[in-house]
Amino acid sequence: MLSPDRPFPLFLQKIESLGRISTKWVNSLGFGTSLLYQSVFWICWGSRRKQQVRLEAIVSQMMEVGILALPIVSLVSITIGLMLAIQGIDALKDFGAEHQVTYGVALSVVREFAPLITGILIAGRSGSAFAARLSTMMINNEIDALRVMGINPVRFLVVPSLVAMMIMVPLLTLWADIVALLGAGLYITTALGISMGTYIGQTIAYLGTADALHGLGKSFVFGILITLVGVINGSSVTGGAEGVGHVTTRAVVHSILALILADLLIVFLLTR
Amino acid sequence: MTMPLSELEPIIEVIDLTTHYGSRKILNGISLTVHKGEVMVIMGGSGSGKSTLLRHLIGLEHPSSGNIKLLGQDIRNMTEHDMTQLYRKVGVAFQSGALFSSMTVGENIMLPLREHTKLDQKTMEIMARLKLEVVNLAGFEDLMPSELSGGMLKRAAFARAVIMDPVLLFCDEPSAGLDPVVSSSLDELILRLKDALDMTIVVVTHELESAFRIADRITVLDKGDILTIGTVDDVRASDNRRIQDLLNRHFEEEILDPDAYLARLTGESEALFSQV
Repeated sequence: MLSPDRPFPLFLQKIESLGRISTKWVNSLGFGTSLLYQSVFWICWGSRRKQQVRLEAIVSQMMEVGILALPIVSLVSITIGLMLAIQGIDALKDFGAEHQVTYGVALSVVREFAPLITGILIAGRSGSAFAARLSTMMINNEIDALRVMGINPVRFLVVPSLVAMMIMVPLLTLWADIVALLGAGLYITTALGISMGTYIGQTIAYLGTADALHGLGKSFVFGILITLVGVINGSSVTGGAEGVGHVTTRAVVHSILALILADLLIVFLLTR
Repeated sequence: MTMPLSELEPIIEVIDLTTHYGSRKILNGISLTVHKGEVMVIMGGSGSGKSTLLRHLIGLEHPSSGNIKLLGQDIRNMTEHDMTQLYRKVGVAFQSGALFSSMTVGENIMLPLREHTKLDQKTMEIMARLKLEVVNLAGFEDLMPSELSGGMLKRAAFARAVIMDPVLLFCDEPSAGLDPVVSSSLDELILRLKDALDMTIVVVTHELESAFRIADRITVLDKGDILTIGTVDDVRASDNRRIQDLLNRHFEEEILDPDAYLARLTGESEALFSQV
C-alpha cells in the first residue's frame, strides 16, 4: 500500500516523470499548433478585424533576421563549400573519380548543407533573440499591457517574425547555396585544373529544379519551426533575468533539435 | 461624491468572485461595486489577493466562479473581439510601467492610437504630447524608457493608459518603490485625471497614506476576503481587529509618528548589537 509517509517507489517516480515530460511536450505541440493557426488567422483576416499585421513590423523583422545575418551566413557557407570540396576530392581520389566531386558538392550543398546550416545559424541568432525578447516582455508585464490595450500579442509580435522568417530563411538559404557553391568552385577549379565557367556549367547541369525546391522548401519549414520554438520557450519563462537566460538557451537547443528532426522526416518522406 | 451611491451608475460589478491557484483559494467570494466617477482603492497586505483581483478585473485571469461586469458587460462570456472593443474604453497603468523597451516614450504612448484609430502621425504626436503634458513629462517623448527614472516611468505609463481617454482607469501599485515626494505627486496626478477627464479609477495599493489621500472608497482585502468597503473615515473608524492591525502596523506608527517608529527601530537594533 502506498501511503504519504512512504517514499514513492523508484520505478513509479520514473513513470511519473516520464508522464510529466510527455504532457509538457504535448502541451508545447498543442500551443505551437494553436500559434500557427492564430498567425494564419491574423495574416488572412486581421484587416477585417481592423487589426491588420503591420508591414513596417515585417520589414523591420526581415532586416533583423535576413539582411543583418548575411555576413555570418556568407562566411559559414563559403567555409562549408571549401570543406566539402576538399573532403570530396580527397575521398573520390581513391576511386579515381575526383571529377565527380562537382556533382556531390552541388547536391549536398543545395539539398542538405545550405538549408540546415542556415537554419541552425538563424536559430542561434534570431530564434534566441526572439525568445529573449518575448520572455523579457513577459516578465515586464509588456504582454499583459498589449492585451489590455486590445492588441493581440500573436498578431503584434509573433506574426511579423513568422512572416519574416518564412521569407528570409529561404532567401538566405538561396544565398548560402550560391556562396557555398562558389567557395567549393574556388578549390575545385584549382585542384582539378578546370575553369570556373566549366565548373558553373557542370553545377547547373547537375542540379534540377526539384533539388533547389527541396532545399528551399525545407528552409521554409525551418523558418516556421524557429519562430514557434522561440515563442513557446519565450512565453514559458518563470523567474527574472535568470529565467530569460534559461529559456534563451533552451530555445536554441530545441530549435536545432526541431530542425534536425524535421530535416530527417522531410528527407525520409521525399527521397526514399 | 455628493450623490448617494445607489443613484450612481455602476461601472464595475463583481459578484461572488472566487478563484483558486491549484488547490489554494486566493479570492473567496468577493463582491463589490465601483460607481461612475469614484476612486476605489483596493488595499491589503502582501498575499491578500489584491493584485489577483486586479488581474481578474482587467480580464487577464479567469475566475473559478462568479461574475465580473465592466461597463455593464459580463467579461466572462465575451469573445476576444468584444474584449478588444471594451479595452478601448479601459486604461491600465501597471506597477512596473510595462513600457515597451524597444520604443521611445512617445511611440509607447501613441501605440494604442496607432493600433485602434486611423489618425495621422502628426495628430497622434500632438495627442501624445498633450498627455505627456498632463503627467508633467512634456519634452520626454524622444527618450527611451531605460532613460527614465522609476517615477517618470510610472507617469509615462499613466499617459499611455489615458491616451484613448478611457472611462475606467486601473492603477497597480502606483506609489510602490517611490520616495514620498514622487509618490505624493502620483497621487495628485490620479486626482487630477479623475477631475480633468471624469474617470472612474481603481487603484490597487498597500500604501496607506496614498490610499487615504486619493480614495473615495476603500476595499480592504485580507487573505482573499473583503474585510470592509467604505469611505476613508469608515475604514479608519472600523473596529475590525484585522483592519486595525493593518492600519496600526503600517500607518499610525510609520507615517503618523515617524520619529517613534525610527526610535523603536534604533532601540531594537541597539539591543541586538548589545547581545553580540
